[in-house]
Amino acid sequence: MKKVFEFPRLLKKNYFHYCPGCGHSIMHRIVAELIEEMGIRGKTLAVAPAGCAVLAYNYWDFDTVEAAHGRGAAMATGIKRCLKDRLVISYQGDGDLAAIGTSETIHAANRGERITIIFINNANYGMTGGQMAPTTLLDMRTTTSPLGRDPRNDGYPLHISEMLAMLPAVSYIERVALSSPKGIMKAKKAVRKAFRSQMNDEGFSLIEILSPCPTNWKKTPEQSWKWIDEVMAKEYAPGVIVDRRKEMEGAEPVEKEKEDAD
Amino acid sequence: MNKRLMRGNHVVAEAAIRAGCKCYFGYPITPQNEIGEYMAENLPKHKGRTFIQAESELAAINMALGAAITGARVMTSSSSPGISLKQEGISFMAGQEMPAVIVNMTRGGPGLGNIAPSQSDYFQATRGGGHGDYRTIVLGPNSLQELADLTFIAFDLADKYRNPVVILGDGLLGQMMEPVVFQDPIIESLPEKEWALTGAEGRPSRLSRSLILDTKEMEEHNWKLYRKYEVISKNEVRYEAVELEDAKMIMVAYGVAARIARGAIKRARREGIPIGLIRPITLWPFPMDFVRAAATNVSQFLVFEMNTGQMVEDVKLALEGRGNIHFYGRPGGAIPTPVELGWFISRHYYQSQKQGAMR
Repeated sequence: MKKVFEFPRLLKKNYFHYCPGCGHSIMHRIVAELIEEMGIRGKTLAVAPAGCAVLAYNYWDFDTVEAAHGRGAAMATGIKRCLKDRLVISYQGDGDLAAIGTSETIHAANRGERITIIFINNANYGMTGGQMAPTTLLDMRTTTSPLGRDPRNDGYPLHISEMLAMLPAVSYIERVALSSPKGIMKAKKAVRKAFRSQMNDEGFSLIEILSPCPTNWKKTPEQSWKWIDEVMAKEYAPGVIVDRRKEMEGAEPVEKEKEDAD
Repeated sequence: MNKRLMRGNHVVAEAAIRAGCKCYFGYPITPQNEIGEYMAENLPKHKGRTFIQAESELAAINMALGAAITGARVMTSSSSPGISLKQEGISFMAGQEMPAVIVNMTRGGPGLGNIAPSQSDYFQATRGGGHGDYRTIVLGPNSLQELADLTFIAFDLADKYRNPVVILGDGLLGQMMEPVVFQDPIIESLPEKEWALTGAEGRPSRLSRSLILDTKEMEEHNWKLYRKYEVISKNEVRYEAVELEDAKMIMVAYGVAARIARGAIKRARREGIPIGLIRPITLWPFPMDFVRAAATNVSQFLVFEMNTGQMVEDVKLALEGRGNIHFYGRPGGAIPTPVELGWFISRHYYQSQKQGAMR
């Protein structure tokens, strides 16, 4: 009988500490599956953030280091410049990347660092208990925007992916939503494109993941998926934000069939 | 081996390249800009080596940490305000036990201060500097030849103990020119570090972290670091002792302040004042035992620093009340002449003599 589903070989057999319905466990699995499928465990280094995903190394069975809050892109830069043929992943949340680490992120992208950032956007600071993030939607209630996000006081939702897309050294940015099996498959496809782009030495890549946070959103996992589609995706439209892979110097032709395989 | 006339900032950069420094990450700040400029020009001439002008000191120190994790020799440099920004990263390096060399060409503070030479960052350097219970090895060169030699030693100590090492200079050391002879040959490759994260090819995966949520484990980690610091304190103390044999008074000074002290002592000796010098080279670990032992024969200690009194606390800790300490300081970038310091010496010598306080 053909095996159609199994435990990813690059996930350690530890129970996820994430809340039920959280997007992190799905993304951890996707990253582990891709590295296994691409056969590059021995060439992969991941940077875990300060935030809910800080314990990523409890699950990923490849070399993983943890960064100070916001410094993932800088640390990934240091790693990649020493090990130029490795896949270097910086896995970051929206507080980490869009607030305290904005500078590191923009400049890593602008230098065209051959790294891939997995950007988990759940519109709040998850680990510290659901505070307002730069990505929090207008009128959205969090513990530090108890009456809803007020643009006069708190500014507007920050569109990091669109901002980074302006930079010429960026090869690939896509936004996906973990709100359905289809969205999950799309997320995996997008991350594969980004990993390939990095390994082809094309430029900086980032995949933004609209990711459910049922606990802090005070919703059930099902309601959270619905909320992503009906509310969050209106502010942050899923889709390819920028794709310069073919224009990039030294870029190899994109392997069309393989990419469309799933 | 050729003798070359060079500026201090160029010396530390050239010595780092020769010591096998693979990556340099820095952000411009006076008075150490020539380090980054020299690295930008010369580091990429060596295969596989990288210079990046980072977007901030925060980015620079974290790039350095990233490079250190792969097992590379790495250096970053800055001056006082920039070093404050790097402290978070240095704390992470200490927690993750990652080797790196950090150069501080200190300037006057607090705040933006000025760009004149100062020793105002002694506390910051020798007490860890960032958050958490940790130490960095701190080297305080007083000449450009010593700066060159200590840069090699800094990389070795960093690797040997898996700990960040601070080279604590100042604007004077960075800007002045002196003849220097460098060690040969240039180190192009180094043995692989068995703990480095390079990709888990044919081996179990590795991790590097400073987050340890379990209290028991975290306490053990802190004790483990402490034991390492104890070993460093025992094995790595360096100092220079000058004319202590017949000394009735001892001056303690480090870095370029010790150069001024040498001049003042020479003048005092000519006047017939029997004074010697203890110059700590490692500021942490401080030569506690040596300073304490010196108090067997001498009761009068003079401490001179280009600040309002920081190392003097270590001298007090070392002496444990065994001697009288007189402090002379010039903060904010002021540099006294040997003549000025000579007055301080003779005043205390004759006063102590009069009071019968001399041992």
